[in-house]
Order: sequence, then C-alpha cells, then structure tokens
Amino acid sequence: MKSVFRSLVAKSTIWLPYIWLLIFFLAPFLIVAKLSLSEPAIAQPPYTPTMNFWDGPIGWWRDISQFSFYNFIFITEDSLYWKSYLSSLQIAAISTFLTLLIGYPLAHGMARAPRAWRPTLLMLVILPFWTSFLIRVYAWIGILKKEGLLNQFLLWLGLISEPLTILNTNTAVYVGIVYSYLPFMVLPLYANLEKQDFSLLEAATDLGCTPRQAFWKITWPLSMPGVIAGCFLVFIPTVGEFVIPSLLGGSETLMIGRTLYDEFFQNRDWPVSSSVAIILLLILIVPIMLFQRSEALARERER
Amino acid sequence: MNKSWTPFNITSVVLGFAFLYIPILILIIYSFNESRLVTVWAGFSTQWYVKAFENEGLMNAAWVTIQVGLVSATVATVLGTLAALALVRHNVFRGRFLFSGMIYAPLVMPEVITGLSLLLLFVALGMDRGMLTVVLAHITFSMCFVAVVVQSRLIGFDRSLEEAALDLGATPAKAFMQITLPIIAPSVCAGWMLAFTLSLDDLVIAQFNSGPGATTLPMKIFSQVRLGVTPEINAICAILVAAVASGVVIASLTLKRQEVRRLRAEQLAAQA
Repeated sequence: MKSVFRSLVAKSTIWLPYIWLLIFFLAPFLIVAKLSLSEPAIAQPPYTPTMNFWDGPIGWWRDISQFSFYNFIFITEDSLYWKSYLSSLQIAAISTFLTLLIGYPLAHGMARAPRAWRPTLLMLVILPFWTSFLIRVYAWIGILKKEGLLNQFLLWLGLISEPLTILNTNTAVYVGIVYSYLPFMVLPLYANLEKQDFSLLEAATDLGCTPRQAFWKITWPLSMPGVIAGCFLVFIPTVGEFVIPSLLGGSETLMIGRTLYDEFFQNRDWPVSSSVAIILLLILIVPIMLFQRSEALARERER
Repeated sequence: MNKSWTPFNITSVVLGFAFLYIPILILIIYSFNESRLVTVWAGFSTQWYVKAFENEGLMNAAWVTIQVGLVSATVATVLGTLAALALVRHNVFRGRFLFSGMIYAPLVMPEVITGLSLLLLFVALGMDRGMLTVVLAHITFSMCFVAVVVQSRLIGFDRSLEEAALDLGATPAKAFMQITLPIIAPSVCAGWMLAFTLSLDDLVIAQFNSGPGATTLPMKIFSQVRLGVTPEINAICAILVAAVASGVVIASLTLKRQEVRRLRAEQLAAQA
C-alpha cells in the first residue's frame, strides 16, 4: 500500500497537471463542440438538448440524436458572420504587415547598437509587454480622440485645418494592434539579426555593394526565419482580438472576437456563439500548423 | 563607437522607443492634470489619485484582482512547474501527445474561446460564477505559460547533480527540494511573475467567468472606459504601470545579481 502511495506521489508531476487540464481545458472544449451542435432554446441554460452526464448512455444517445448542424448553416447564411471572419483576417494581415514595417527597423537598429546597450534596449522592448494590455490600448483613446492630443498637435503644426476622425475607425484599430503587438514582432527579429555574422556584410561592401544592396542581398534573406516567426506571433492572436476593436474600433469594425462576444452577451445565443468559436478555431489551425512547421524547420537548421 | 551604429539605425531605435513609450508617458502625465477634461492641461494636481483611492468600487475591484492574482499565480506556478517536469523528464508516458497539446494549445487559443468554454463548463457543473471561477480560469491558462518558461530552463539542467544526491541517500523529494528547485528557481520566479501579471491583465476571460461581487480591476476599467476617459482611470492606470514596471525592473536586477554571484562562486570552486 505504501509503495502504491509512493509511486502515486512520484508520478504526481504528470497526473496533477494532466487531470487539471483534462477538466479545465479539454472538457470545456468538448462542451463547446457539443453546444455548437445544439439548438437555442428559451430556457436556463438556453439550449437543447441539455445533455446531463447522469442520464447514462441511453439518455446520451437520445441527446446525440437531436444534434444538428443548424447553427453552422445559420452562420453561413447570415452575412454578418462570414464578413466578420473575412474582415478579421484582413485586419490581422494588414496590421501584421504594418507591425513588420515598424518593427524591422527597430529590431535592426537594436541589433546594431553598441554591445553594452543591447541588454537595456531589449529590456525596454519587453517592459511594455508586462504592463497591462488594456491600459496600453486605453492610452490611445486620449491621443486619437477628436479633441485628442494627436489632432491638437497636427492642428498646431498646421498640417490639418480641422480635426480628423481617427478614433472608432479601422485606422485606430491598426494603430492599437501595431502598438500592442510590436514586442512580439521585435523579439524574434532581434534574436535573429543580433546573431547574424557581420563579416558577411563587410565582405559584400568590400566587393562593391552599397549598404542598401548589402542589406537586401544579405541581411534581409538571412532574417527570414525571424520575419516569419514575428509575423505569425502577431497574426495568430490578432485574428481573435476583442479588446482593441471594442475600445478603438467603430461600428464599421467587424472582428470575429467582438461578434462572438456580442452574440453571447447581448443575443444570449450560446449555441451560435459556440459554433462561431469552433469555426474560428478551424480557421486558426492553418496558421498555427504553418507556424509550428516553420519553427521545427528553423530548429533543425540550427543543428 | 562601432561603424554599424549609423544615423539611420539610431533614428529607427529612437523613433521605435518613442512610439512604445510616449502613449504611456502621456497617460501618466495627464493623470496629474487638474482639469476633468483629459486633453486640456490645467495645472498639476494629485486630486485624481485621492479620488481614485476614495472610489470604493475601484478599490474593491483592485482588491479582488490582487487576491485572484496571488492565488491563481501561486497554484499555476506549482502546476506549471510539475507539467514542465513531466514534459522534460518523462519522454514516454501514456497520453504524452495529448498532454503536450493541452499545454501548448491555450497559448494560442483566442481569449474569447477560452473564456466561453470555461464558462460553459462552470454552467454544466452548476457552479455559481464568482471569484472562485475566475481563479480557476486564470490558473488554467497561466499554468501553461509557466510550464513553457520553466521547461526552457529544465532542458539545460544537468541531471547528474540530482543523481549524485540520490546516490548519496537523499529521497527523491529531498533531492528535488535541495538540488533541482534552487537551480530552476529563477525560472519558477519568472513564471510566477508572468502568471501574476497575466491574471492582473486579463479582461476577456474574467468578463466571461466572473459574477456579481467579483468584478476585477480590468473589468471595472473596461466598463468605465466605455463611458469615456476619466482622469481617475488615468490615475489608477498610472499606479498599475508604475507597480508592474518597478516589479519587473527589481526582479530582473535581482536575478542578474544572483547570476553574477553564482558565476563567481563557480569560478572560485573551479580554482579551488
């Protein structure tokens, strides 16, 4: 008996977290999958079949036979949903590109900074990542508002004659995403650029390359793994983003995270929001798999 | 000064950091603004900090957030460290594929889905939503982050030290407490801090899983922000930013000092 107990304790590193994740990750996920096949009902909880675990196999079978793809058909028929998916993907793609545009020069400059400064610069990039996401998004409201600081500044410069409407448009969403996810882009890029062999660039300039040519022929192709990693790290979480579109976006900003949230809290349609979640996951699996593969390839190349 | 530190590189670093820090600085500066209007400067004042501390709703939310953060970060660190040990030490066990999948999946799962699925679980279990459900939800997603952080340290860990302790008669538990844990301690601490800030920061998952009486600070800020920007919220945000930033800076300096001391001790040991 004692030895059984002891081996249980020794194996606790496995079964404690395992059981936790089975209960709080896998089970909820299965419930979402099940609910996506149920139909909404005016009841508490608001769906049928309710599927009680204690009903036993016969009860389960009765419930399973009531499953339908009704919600999925509904989602494909209502243009709000597929427009939300498409526009989420589009917003994520555009803002990933913008993040790369801003993140690359920053990472490049950091990697070329005097060696003694680099750890400090690196910490300065990571620091905002630790401070609250919500606060960083909130900070932009005061800047982008109609009577906000950006408009005041541009008016003062004389660049514009009347204030621009930026807040509650897609532009504000882009700004918010680029700002919040910039560290995710800069960190893999910096890790890559910092390792690059400097003598290659010297050789190129010795052989008559201008610095610009040397950059496009050597630095840029070599930094591809960093670019790919950074882009995935920004793109994947952005697709399901909720906070940024709901604080900075306007009524024109359709993003699926927000649609799902509204579906759940305002329409109280639990089955449809579950189906929306399942489709979102199916869409995200593609970039996640691609990312995993490119990471594995990069690791192999390093060996 | 090296050749590569060109004006172009200097400009891009300066502009990049300006972009990263100016919004936060503006937020902090305007929290000291006399005027109720957030965008017009009317002189220095600390009245909004006083008002924020007098605001009972905000203070309750802050207290709830700190409690949730402390409990969930601690449990998540224990579970996450165990999970990391399982992943690194046990290459083959039944269901390893599922296990590692469940560790990595929450890292890329959209928050709305994590929030929704946990809520549905709590409904199915008949649990009332409140502080406990938020804590359970936070443990679940932050333990995976802890596992990844600790795992990276464990991979580079020299097992022969632990084996030596076992050979010398230590029980596995004792070997773990006296050899393994002190060595992986920096990453366990980093994991705890990450879990704590994730919990402090989370809005979406709390929004789904919280109930009456368990409003967290991000939820409170979010609902106030929808009504408009107020200097009180600026003040509370400035306090949070200052607290987290100083926490991170102090922690990384301490870790660096420990690392230096450890390296020096190792050098001394090598000379002896």
